[in-house]
Amino acid sequence: MSKKESNLKNMLLALFAITLIASASLGGIYQLTKEPIEAARLEKKNNAIRQVIPEFENTPTAETYKKAVDGDTLYFYPGRKDGELVGTAVESFSNQGFSGEIRIMVGILPGGIIDDVAVLYHEETPGLGDKMQRNKSDWGMQFQDVDPESFDLQVKKDGGDVDAITAATISSRAFCDAVKRAYEAYVNIENK
Amino acid sequence: MNQLANFTKGFIRENPVFALFLGLCPTLGVTTTAINGMGMGLATTFVLLMANIVVALIKDFIPDKVRIPSFIVIIASFVTIVELTMQAYLPSLFDALGLFIPLIVVNCLVLGRAEAFASKNNLLSSAIDGLGMGLGFTFALTLLGAVREILGSGSIFGLKFIEGDGILIFVLSPGAFIALGYLIMIMNKFKKKEA
Repeated sequence: MSKKESNLKNMLLALFAITLIASASLGGIYQLTKEPIEAARLEKKNNAIRQVIPEFENTPTAETYKKAVDGDTLYFYPGRKDGELVGTAVESFSNQGFSGEIRIMVGILPGGIIDDVAVLYHEETPGLGDKMQRNKSDWGMQFQDVDPESFDLQVKKDGGDVDAITAATISSRAFCDAVKRAYEAYVNIENK
Repeated sequence: MNQLANFTKGFIRENPVFALFLGLCPTLGVTTTAINGMGMGLATTFVLLMANIVVALIKDFIPDKVRIPSFIVIIASFVTIVELTMQAYLPSLFDALGLFIPLIVVNCLVLGRAEAFASKNNLLSSAIDGLGMGLGFTFALTLLGAVREILGSGSIFGLKFIEGDGILIFVLSPGAFIALGYLIMIMNKFKKKEA
């Protein structure tokens, strides 16, 4: 078969047909993958929550409440066992990372003690700033079981109590910033 | 054309990265580990194969003047399919490759094969060309990723074999250029012997 001539009618028809088929198939794929994508996101969130607060029996993601801070939103996921609050996982953020946004999950016990922290999302330098991830290094362990009232959530360079990641002070600062934001918002809500 | 030669040309002789120098942006960007390079390579292979097949099928219906926009729409559709599927079923790989998946659209390798090969050849040759080129690209990315991971992190496919960090610069961007440069040098030596 010979090539179609490049006149207006042929060009319009060809482009129309191609875009129509493309958008129809994308719509179909979107419908198919919508639920698994949601499930994968929720699973990731649930894993982080399980990591930062003690064992719970409810579904914290179903009891979410949120608070708008500094142009973004903090999400709170309360974990309960036998009706008692065992801890609250706070999804916090910082925009002061070395390459953009950092999102972390901070687990806070009812007494205001930080139980543990987990990283949800970051774009820090591989090999340096990404040591904040627990599977890369133990750096995040120093936030376990600390009371921010006596433990200053700043890197030592800024007069705080946190050991910065070697050669990644900016990433460490941003991490502290996010932890601090979560804690302050939590205390703020509790004291109301 | 001999189909076997058509398939194998993508590995050394016309390797997209080492010989044609196409698609260097994702090559340098994602190859911090071998597994990332491999994932990116396989995603590109899928897009390349499907785009080549579709372009070869409909090449006679597309008027010459609108062929580039048509190819781009076809490629972009397959990239979006890969992106959604990966997000749904391989979330951890998606997190690692993130930004680079949508960028397969502008990978000149894919458009280049559609324009230079699939729009002039039949279905079978185009499919084999797409598969061969894609696997050649995967091979190059995995190799580069492995070199950078071994030197930079002291591990291979995530398995650590030395304590500590390795030579950090190989994980960072300059290391990508250095490693790629030396790999191309070695590849060129290979090719000279072959000829």
